[in-house]
Amino acid sequence: MNRVTLLTLQVLVAVVSLALWYVLTSYPLVGGKPILPPFFFSNPLDVAHQIYVWFSTGVIWKHLYITLIEAALAFIIGSVGGVLVGFWFARQPRTAAVFDPYVKMANALPRVVLAPIFTLWLGLGIWSKVALGVTLVFFIVFFNVYQGVKEVSPTVLANARMLGMSERQLMRHVYWPSALSWMFSSLHTSVGFAVVGAVVGEYLGAAAGLGYLIQQAEGVFDVAGVFAGMFVLAAFVIVIDTIVTIVEKRLLVWRPVVGDARP
Amino acid sequence: MSETAAATAPARTNDAAIALNGVDVAFRLADGGVYRAVQSATLEVADGEFVAIVGPTGCGKSTLLNIAAGLLAPAAGHVDIFGQALATLNRQAGYLFQADALFPWKTALENVAIGPETAGMPQAEARARGKDWLTRVGLGAFGDRYPHMLSGGQRKRVGLAQVLIRDPKILLMDEPFGPLDAQTRQIMGNLLLDLWSADRKAVLFVTHDLEEAIALSDRVVIMSAGPSARIIGDWRVKLARPRDIAEIKLDPAFHDLHREIWQMLKSEVIKGYQQAESRT
Repeated sequence: MNRVTLLTLQVLVAVVSLALWYVLTSYPLVGGKPILPPFFFSNPLDVAHQIYVWFSTGVIWKHLYITLIEAALAFIIGSVGGVLVGFWFARQPRTAAVFDPYVKMANALPRVVLAPIFTLWLGLGIWSKVALGVTLVFFIVFFNVYQGVKEVSPTVLANARMLGMSERQLMRHVYWPSALSWMFSSLHTSVGFAVVGAVVGEYLGAAAGLGYLIQQAEGVFDVAGVFAGMFVLAAFVIVIDTIVTIVEKRLLVWRPVVGDARP
Repeated sequence: MSETAAATAPARTNDAAIALNGVDVAFRLADGGVYRAVQSATLEVADGEFVAIVGPTGCGKSTLLNIAAGLLAPAAGHVDIFGQALATLNRQAGYLFQADALFPWKTALENVAIGPETAGMPQAEARARGKDWLTRVGLGAFGDRYPHMLSGGQRKRVGLAQVLIRDPKILLMDEPFGPLDAQTRQIMGNLLLDLWSADRKAVLFVTHDLEEAIALSDRVVIMSAGPSARIIGDWRVKLARPRDIAEIKLDPAFHDLHREIWQMLKSEVIKGYQQAESRT
């Protein structure tokens, strides 16, 4: 399938879905009433109008900014923590063994239940959302770095030793790149979870942010507002994901692409 | 023409590049037992000598190499390197591994230059020398490629440059050309001989390919099938150097020697396979 056909078909899916949504919520097809009651399903025009109003008045920027800051902070703090602890555990098997059940327990806990605690501790500002995001990001990064350090090829390690590397040089030239490559390969997931943490945190109690916007709309049965918030959020995530893809391509140039032919 | 190990052992035993004295290799098994891979191996490699170890699969030739490298400690016996007892890693040795051992996150040039760099040479100088070595192994134009962008043969060339740039006195090679196709192996063999003849390091070369062993080396050492593999034969290869791997295989002397060694090796190879089968 060539690019043009693919793009056309992809656009077609959107057009058909929107048209269906519009027709089903706006035209009385059966028994004088639309099949989908507009009160619960709104309709594409109202949603588009809501989005337009948000952007034209500029209200949305503040909320996007807050969510972005929360997600970014959650990602950075969670990643740094995950890298440090992952490294530490991988190099100290005894420590890892002691903490193992607690790490598993903490990871098994659905993080959403922590949100009220964080709100109590850290208030309604951004830090309670950052904390929630950190608990999500930390474990992804931690497990990947841990694995990355553990799974360094024994041959590569032996080679590094035979080439005369000291323990510190091994860290820098072998363990560190290996751990980073694992971390970067989970970049999409961890960045995604940072956003999830921010939005869910806002939804459960906040004064600003996309989650807050959706929650406010829901509170007054403004279904168009809920849908508008969802669309903006989806676009936001796609933009971030695209950036991550670009960053990833830069950082992992040394990695073979699956299906990449060797010269 | 067959000579025993005693008859061919170099006279000056105390300054042999590698001296394995009654080395046992044993591994602890998961069920608590002990698997003895190699039993009382005694082998000397003189400085400047190219020795090949040939044996059936699973006979412990690679473990013997790891012992000489200091990556593995012998269960019994001791190892001397240039007359000095080997306690830790063998700093005098370069090791070319069978599996891919290049750093996948470094380019070919970075891989080659890493040895001098970690030894404290300024980066620019190390890179310049790295470039020089890449050229010597025929990869001058491939410095910025990552290992996955290179073919198997090219990766082996980078590996060779990575080891040789440090100018080790001893070269340990573990079936380095094993995964390559026949033509590439010949080319790599000639390249190796070419580089080796420049300064004649002591080489311990492990292979399961008898032809390769004879074509490359000064001495061929045969190991029996494992477990408790022993060194059971030691032949001197009296073929003139410089050699061309492809041409030397047509030499009648090559054939005679090959036939002679193969007589002994054949039964061990069969034994080796039977043991491997019964284990699976």
